[in-house]
Amino acid sequence: MLNALVAFLNYVFVPAMAYGSQLALGALGLTLVFGILRFSNFAHGDTMAFGTMCVIGVTWLFQSWGISFGPLPTALLALPFGIVLTAAFVLATDRMVYRFYRVKKAKSIILVIVSTGVMFITNGLTRIIIGPEERNFLDGERFVITAGQFKALTGLTEGLAIKSTVAISVVVAALCVAALFWFLQRTREGKSMRAYSDNEDLALLSGINPERVVMVTWIIAAALATIAGTLYGLDKSFRPFIYFQLLLPIAASAVVGGLGSPLGAIVGGFIVAFSEVFVTYAWKKVVGYLVVLDLEPTTLLQLLSTDYKFAVSFTILIIVLLFRPTGIFKGK
Amino acid sequence: MAEPFLIGESMTGGYGAVDILHDCTIAVDKGQIAVIVGPNGAGKSTAMKAVFGMLNLRGGRVVLDGEDITKLTPQARVRKGMGFVPQTSNIFTSMTVEENLEMGAFIREDDIKHTMAQVYDLFPILKQKRFQAAGELSGGQRQQVAVGRALMTQPKVLMLDEPTAGVSPIVMDELFDRIIEVARTGISILMVEQNARQALDIADKGYVLVQGANRFTDTGQALLADPEVRRSFLGG
Repeated sequence: MLNALVAFLNYVFVPAMAYGSQLALGALGLTLVFGILRFSNFAHGDTMAFGTMCVIGVTWLFQSWGISFGPLPTALLALPFGIVLTAAFVLATDRMVYRFYRVKKAKSIILVIVSTGVMFITNGLTRIIIGPEERNFLDGERFVITAGQFKALTGLTEGLAIKSTVAISVVVAALCVAALFWFLQRTREGKSMRAYSDNEDLALLSGINPERVVMVTWIIAAALATIAGTLYGLDKSFRPFIYFQLLLPIAASAVVGGLGSPLGAIVGGFIVAFSEVFVTYAWKKVVGYLVVLDLEPTTLLQLLSTDYKFAVSFTILIIVLLFRPTGIFKGK
Repeated sequence: MAEPFLIGESMTGGYGAVDILHDCTIAVDKGQIAVIVGPNGAGKSTAMKAVFGMLNLRGGRVVLDGEDITKLTPQARVRKGMGFVPQTSNIFTSMTVEENLEMGAFIREDDIKHTMAQVYDLFPILKQKRFQAAGELSGGQRQQVAVGRALMTQPKVLMLDEPTAGVSPIVMDELFDRIIEVARTGISILMVEQNARQALDIADKGYVLVQGANRFTDTGQALLADPEVRRSFLGG
């Protein structure tokens, strides 16, 4: 029984928590841009890739200088520099591309298509600069607790391993979310963003400067994208194409929670992550501990092969759009 | 007679190619209440928006306290001391009452606590509900939030586009009382109203617009007493 619980925690809960944190951060960036600039930013996945690439670059630089962060990955030290570079890149994109359409008051569908263009450009840039192949940039301690240590500690046959990247993902995501909510709820700048998102015309009448709101939004979105991308890259590995694909579960997360709602993005991230892991995990082991020996399942008890994990996001997306298009937290 | 505090003089213009306003003049004196009434489609709201700079004028000018502001954007007019309460979407529904007031005072750099206390004195119910989302309030309370938000810039002129639209007669009377109180503090009020009779009753000056032009202009009481105005616009 305890073994079943530990196996469940080890193979389902812990990985889903880490993945959920990463998705939540990605979805937060997407939902903020939607709330303020009023379009779904298709380039968000590739902004994550670009940000992660910047972090990897700075990490390599630090490593070549012999700088490390002790037991923690050097990438965490490089993160602030990656954020600055990505924010600069995103602001430049806004100045060169999006602002042109904003001034013309283009419809949001046009902006969506424009962002698709930006997506391809960003994607291409990333591949040119760092190359399309897989990169591993994790260093420092690998585990907070290994399966062997856990077994020795508890005497169970099933081990629970917690990778340091999982712990880092959850902690960093929690810190980011707390900081973001504090910013949105308590600061003048954050309140003006919420006001602009709520009622653009009235915000203008109140003297809120739209260009400033847009700029702050891009910077925050770039920061969130870089952090989400780096956490994902540390936990798994970095490949530009994977990040492009990540856009789907991230978009699903934002839509499930309600587009434009930050709280919804977080809840949505975990819903999508848990659903994905639940249906693609082979439950044989967990069930095996729960039933008497001769009833042990002969198949893997896996609902879907992991190759189909994107089908989960798609299904969730379609179900939500059909039955509750505004999402859980009443987005737009 | 001295020039009024705010005047939109001989305004001609519209949203597109077709003019809605034809040589229309609207003015309000310091601390007084001016009311624009008229049948549907007479251009009442349009006249108000023209004074606030929300449409391009082909002719005429807008003068505030002796300064020609015809070319200024609405935002710049807010800084000059004009407050505007739109007819619809006039509050931030997802934000609390207090945050609505804070956003109203966004352009101010000084301490806003005193003004906020004044708004709460004027609308005590808002103080009770200050941490509640404005979108959860009743229609009358939302209008109070909207007026309160506009007062936060400490405007010299407050412009209200149908402040009593969609509220009950009792709430309407109360809103009018509050508006009179605001005027007594020296703020000029310019408002568009559907409830012509009640609005003219509290008006120092009334404008009856028909097809974008001035038809009758007089004190509120005189218009109420005018048999032609009564027959045509007040239902006898």
